[in-house]
Amino acid sequence: MPEPRDRSHEVARLAMINRQFHTVVPHNRALGLEIAELGDGDARMRLPYSPDLVGNPDTGVLHGGAITSLMDACCGAAVFMRLTMPVPIATLDLRIDYLRPADPGRDVLAHASCFRITRNVAFVRGVAYHDDEDDPVAAAAGTFMLATSPGRTRSKP
Amino acid sequence: MSKPLIDLIAEAKRDNQPGRLTEAVPYARFMGLSMHHVAGELLGRLTYADMLVGNPALPALHGGAIGALLESTAIFQLLWEAETVVLPKTIGITVEYLRSGRPVDTWARGILTRQGRRVANVRVEAWQDDRVRPIAIAHSHFLIVPGPDGEEGASA
Repeated sequence: MPEPRDRSHEVARLAMINRQFHTVVPHNRALGLEIAELGDGDARMRLPYSPDLVGNPDTGVLHGGAITSLMDACCGAAVFMRLTMPVPIATLDLRIDYLRPADPGRDVLAHASCFRITRNVAFVRGVAYHDDEDDPVAAAAGTFMLATSPGRTRSKP
Repeated sequence: MSKPLIDLIAEAKRDNQPGRLTEAVPYARFMGLSMHHVAGELLGRLTYADMLVGNPALPALHGGAIGALLESTAIFQLLWEAETVVLPKTIGITVEYLRSGRPVDTWARGILTRQGRRVANVRVEAWQDDRVRPIAIAHSHFLIVPGPDGEEGASA
């Protein structure tokens, strides 16, 4: 049974992770991406709406590229949350299906889960949504390569 | 924005000024994305900036920034080539990341592989110094029919 967590500790922990996340990843900072929740092989992130990220000035709808960055970052975070020891990861492939346009003026959330990890490759799927995960704006599927650090590998092949 | 985007695009095509395609799109300006005629080809360019970095340790460009270059280049290639009267809506894009993107300018070229009545397919390659060593490849498909807003796909 997991111990019940004090919510204030959780908030402080997320604030600390967000600071590191922004310091470490300049593009996430530029987009204003925030980590909303982290779990075992699981991540939730928020992309705040910004006029800078609009793809169609007639409608105010966000550009797909911003959603791609959100999904890439969130899928990557889900993989990190599944690693038993931190190693660099690299996106191998990422597929995004745009299910409907994002609503202008609203933040977009992403939820990604790493559902399988091997010695070399991690498999992730996720969705982007406004407030209902069952009514997604986009769906994503990705694979990530795990870096091999010489001398630090856990087991021989 | 006074003029609809589709009219600005039509003017850019009429005047053969691909650079104007991206000026009208806030996200393209924010990212430093631009379109250029180079030796008879329409190419997308992602001008390097520190804020595009996803991994400062290498350093390497963010996968999302490379994805944005590929998707934008595909859309602008489609707008440039196709006789579409509506903005294409992205149905889907699959990006294969082949090499890490170094902190330099990145170029991309879109090939309209098929244009049907409702859907257009565009393949895009991105490279840095050496075109025969692409850093990423994308396959994308777009809805190009006029219709009620809010049906399928993300708006360009």
